[in-house]
Amino acid sequence: MSETAETLGTTDEALAAGLACELNAGFEALARVYAGRLFALTCRMAPSREDAEELAQDALVRAYRALAGYDAERRRTLRVRPWLFAIAVNLCRNFARRRGLAMRSLDAPTRDGEAALAEPEAERHEQPEEQTEASETRRELAAAIASLPEHLRLAVVLRHVEGMSYAEAAEALRAPVGTVKAQVHRGTRLLRAALEGHEQENELGAHLTPFHDGVLARWEAER
Amino acid sequence: MSETTETSQALAQARRLVGECRALGTAQAAAAPAGLLARVMAETGVGDEYFPLATPLGDVFVARGARGIAAVMRATSAQAFEAAYRARTGRRAFPAERAPQQLEARLRRLLAGDRRAAPAFDLAGLSEFERAVLLKALEIPRGEVRTYAWIAREIGHPKAVRAVGSALAHNPVPILIPCHRVVKSDGHLGQYSLGGGEAKQRLLAAEGAEPETLEALANRGVRFLGSDTTHIFCFPTCRHARRATARHRVEWASEAEARAHGYRPCYVCRPA
Repeated sequence: MSETAETLGTTDEALAAGLACELNAGFEALARVYAGRLFALTCRMAPSREDAEELAQDALVRAYRALAGYDAERRRTLRVRPWLFAIAVNLCRNFARRRGLAMRSLDAPTRDGEAALAEPEAERHEQPEEQTEASETRRELAAAIASLPEHLRLAVVLRHVEGMSYAEAAEALRAPVGTVKAQVHRGTRLLRAALEGHEQENELGAHLTPFHDGVLARWEAER
Repeated sequence: MSETTETSQALAQARRLVGECRALGTAQAAAAPAGLLARVMAETGVGDEYFPLATPLGDVFVARGARGIAAVMRATSAQAFEAAYRARTGRRAFPAERAPQQLEARLRRLLAGDRRAAPAFDLAGLSEFERAVLLKALEIPRGEVRTYAWIAREIGHPKAVRAVGSALAHNPVPILIPCHRVVKSDGHLGQYSLGGGEAKQRLLAAEGAEPETLEALANRGVRFLGSDTTHIFCFPTCRHARRATARHRVEWASEAEARAHGYRPCYVCRPA
């Protein structure tokens, strides 16, 4: 699970080649690589673990049915990651619309003010101390992401949590690259603000100005 | 604070945030539910999913595909099960930690005796006759037994008693389709595909069918029980036979004997 965006690029080509060659075996390989990562997206967008699981499952099942209708050439040239995430993004949006309420993430604070667990309970108990600290950070981060409005959250999750390039994220969101960049920047700024709410002792954040946002945006763009 | 220090600090903070976001992504991806892949494989038909199920015989493996439950097997390990499943069906089975929620509830109800909770079974590889035998076995209530001859008669092939036995021996979904509730016509328990006669006895005991009592009756040549108040005769495990008190209970060695004494067969367990 430690692949970087670069190695994933080559994996995607291999996956596409596999899909073109033998659909079922190729799809199994694709599902092995992406099931957990789609889940990482749907977790941020669905109100319960069950819903998140079902959305991720549904995305893969739909992907398979679509693939079955493509010819080998189309499968071979498929840009797997943005294509697959576009399906998941659509499902997440439809899910929210169907429910008639704003998308609430699994990690949004519940009524008693406690953030729902970002990870299974059992896992947390066995962790050594430094890892507990890491998972504490992750829970705070997850709660902060959950507080973002839906469209910003999708952009931030695709860009920073899944680690897509802007071009890929734009493809997945079916939006212009410029729009996605703006959404990621605004989302990231809100995310920082939300996290600083938790980290009063960190005075740096309070001093961030639009100037720094500009610097960060440039740094972002160069990555 | 100079502007450049501030900028570099802001940059460092942003880098940290991005790093934490990625860490969250990989942690979440790694924590994906174990059954997700298996469920996708089953839904798309690329493979089937399997999960353990607790039964009176211990944990068994249950496999399900798009058409329904396809197999119930005992195996020493998950790998052994996967291999055996592939050999039997030609399909791959992917491990899920547990059954899908709704299915799990249905299986629990089915095992508790609620036949209406029976899920879909994938009996596609079987003949029409074999399917009829298995679906008939599914009608036998928990805690009761019927004979091979009873199934043969009920499905309209009264002479095919041996074929019924062989169809039950090849039941792909034992326990769920309760072939263990089918015994020999003389009342002895007979064979069982999922671990022999001893396993059959354990399953029946767990269901309250009292296998020792059944064997004892069979040893004495008793095949039916009747009540001298109603003049009706039943299979020994029929709930109506069990309702009769010992004082009014009569034992019959054959249908002919019972009829000769003016007894008629029970409409519920249909012993003849």
